[in-house]
Amino acid sequence: MNLRLSSIGCGVVLAAVPLVGLAADTSAVNDKYRWLTFLVFGLIIGLTMYVTYLAAKRVKSASQFYAAGRSVSGIQNGWAIAGDYLSAASFLGIAGLISLYGYDGFMYSVGWLVAYITVLLVIAEPCRNIGKYTLGDILAFRNDPKKAKTVAAVSTITVSIFYLTAQMVGGGVLVKTLVGIDYEVSVIVVGVLMLAYVLFGGMVATTWVQIIKAILLVTASILLVIFTWAPYGFSLPAFLQAAVDSVNVQGQVTKLIGDAAKNMTAQELGQRFLEPGLFLKSPIDQISLGMALVLGTAGMPHILMRFFTVPTAKDARVSVLWAMGIIGGFYVLTLFLGLGSAINVGQAEITRIDKGGNMAGPLLAQFLGGGPDSMLGNLFLAFVAAVAFATIVAVVAGLVLASASAMSHDIYVGVVKGEHATQEEEVRAARVSSIIVGVAAIIIGILAKGQNVAHLVALAFAVAASGNLPCVLLTLYWRKCNTGGIVAGMIVGAVSAIVLVMVSPNMTYPLIVKAAQEKVIKGADDKLAALNTDLAAASDPAVQDKLKAGIAAQEKAKKTAQDTIAKLGDSTTSIVGLEKPLFDLKNPGLISIPLGFLAVILGSLLYRDRRSDDMWDELYVRQNTGIHAEAASAH
Amino acid sequence: MKPMNWVAIDQDPRFQLLHAKKTRFLWGLMIFSIVYYFLLPIGAGYFSDLFKIKVWGPVNVGILFALSEFIVAWGIAWIYARRANTEFDAMANEINRVAADIGSQK
Repeated sequence: MNLRLSSIGCGVVLAAVPLVGLAADTSAVNDKYRWLTFLVFGLIIGLTMYVTYLAAKRVKSASQFYAAGRSVSGIQNGWAIAGDYLSAASFLGIAGLISLYGYDGFMYSVGWLVAYITVLLVIAEPCRNIGKYTLGDILAFRNDPKKAKTVAAVSTITVSIFYLTAQMVGGGVLVKTLVGIDYEVSVIVVGVLMLAYVLFGGMVATTWVQIIKAILLVTASILLVIFTWAPYGFSLPAFLQAAVDSVNVQGQVTKLIGDAAKNMTAQELGQRFLEPGLFLKSPIDQISLGMALVLGTAGMPHILMRFFTVPTAKDARVSVLWAMGIIGGFYVLTLFLGLGSAINVGQAEITRIDKGGNMAGPLLAQFLGGGPDSMLGNLFLAFVAAVAFATIVAVVAGLVLASASAMSHDIYVGVVKGEHATQEEEVRAARVSSIIVGVAAIIIGILAKGQNVAHLVALAFAVAASGNLPCVLLTLYWRKCNTGGIVAGMIVGAVSAIVLVMVSPNMTYPLIVKAAQEKVIKGADDKLAALNTDLAAASDPAVQDKLKAGIAAQEKAKKTAQDTIAKLGDSTTSIVGLEKPLFDLKNPGLISIPLGFLAVILGSLLYRDRRSDDMWDELYVRQNTGIHAEAASAH
Repeated sequence: MKPMNWVAIDQDPRFQLLHAKKTRFLWGLMIFSIVYYFLLPIGAGYFSDLFKIKVWGPVNVGILFALSEFIVAWGIAWIYARRANTEFDAMANEINRVAADIGSQK
């Protein structure tokens, strides 16, 4: 009975907490220990800069700049892919989702691994066999080179900029939350560092930065999981039982399911955390996102580009196998990180600083080291914060390299210069492009401060799955595919994904937001009235203090809601002029992916291109056998 | 680079055999993996009563199924790698070795 009461109390406190956390200017790292964080940051930056210095001596040719001379081993490339792919969103975000929503957070992580089956089976080796440096090279093999390279470059830059913006904004917020550095400063630091790696060290340095980051990330996760799981004798049922028994978990479920919690026992509430439906309410949306992940990863230009860094198709295969081992293993570990944080730190503390749950992993590290006031706890936290920082820089570097390559190799050398450029010219163009993209990323990052960019990641995957993937897949495997199909597929896939998102619930609809906030204000008013009545009747000072705290929390909630309404002003429509979403899916994949495929097929059937036809035999033989594949360059 | 008679290589029985074997194997695995993956959100969304059944202490069908997704993904990767390393690579290397002669003798 006691447990039941306390879990309800916990739920009430929890409901008020995120709003308090938003207003307060807190960071996870204690001011006293900030030097420790900077020390670990400094060590990692020093190491990556040294690697860049070594790499810079090697990077003289285009093959070195774009593809690390194709001399990266399969195992190294596997680690680099993992480093390129495991963004802060997956590292901190998924552990956070699991800590707040249990089962659904874990289910969300599965698609990110399954995506690599598509890469392994039908994309990696053929692309290595026929490609050179970019997505444009793959599509230009049998199609009109200028047209194919133009659409591929536009798509590469679009996908990369969406993803990049999400990373820059997310990264800026994250570094601010973790260490308290100003948002603008952290965006500039991330931007300048990433630019230094790409500019001086090209793909060689980018690869090593990604490998270092992946090793740090995996090491940190394994250590945290060992410490978290050891008290339960490394037994899965015992660990999950601890989650079920946790008052934190029971309180969180009470908060999430509301009235339905009234007739449930504490054990049932805890068990509910391990069942689906607390976060992902719409299975169709879930399936739509799954499609975008499973097909989009294989169409991500910065991932495709990694396969040009290995000597042979067989090494490309080895690299995907390693990447799948690392990425999958990592997501299994996040189950323990997320639940461990829920049990030990508690959702109230996790959401105090960041309501999205991103602090679940870092705070767990602090707890395991001995808590917020201990030296070791803060060292652990500093290490995890530094890994998060390295993560952002490594992912961003890969994205900038992919878009810079599209600009210099596809557009400048391929289209403008008609493939007539010397090695020096091409490398210079690549470096100039890197500066353009890097500076653009910093500016966008600063301009987009405070914007909700979470849906941009999903949008990047949706565009890659709807435009890039149908084009790559059909040009590799369908004899009748041609230039007309590629151009139509790229345009229809990308445009339909973007348009569907613009009219989807992802956008801000002022009227809907206002209605929701007014409901919050009304709820707060009701609670305030009740609390004030209780306060007038209460005589015990302890009870009075508790009630006063409750009143303060409610007033803060009310104030936040009022501020949100005030910020919207008189606007009644979203940025595209809609009062409510036209389209109910948050992720457009379910509609835009079939449209992309259809456009490639129709475009190919309606258009005639001798070259696409004539080159089919050569493409198909070469993608299967590796005859005449680009060889590794001596260095 | 030596010029190749791509049409002749494409029509060569050795290449046709590689093509036939790979096509069946790869698309079979691909379809299986996609179907297996989508069983997870479908199960969680529409068969949540099944996912809630406890089988090992607090461990329920849903958790085991989600974990099985990892095992199945790694299993598919392993099956593919084994077949590619032993069979497809050898066939491709053989074609690669004789490629320059295919078509030029005829």
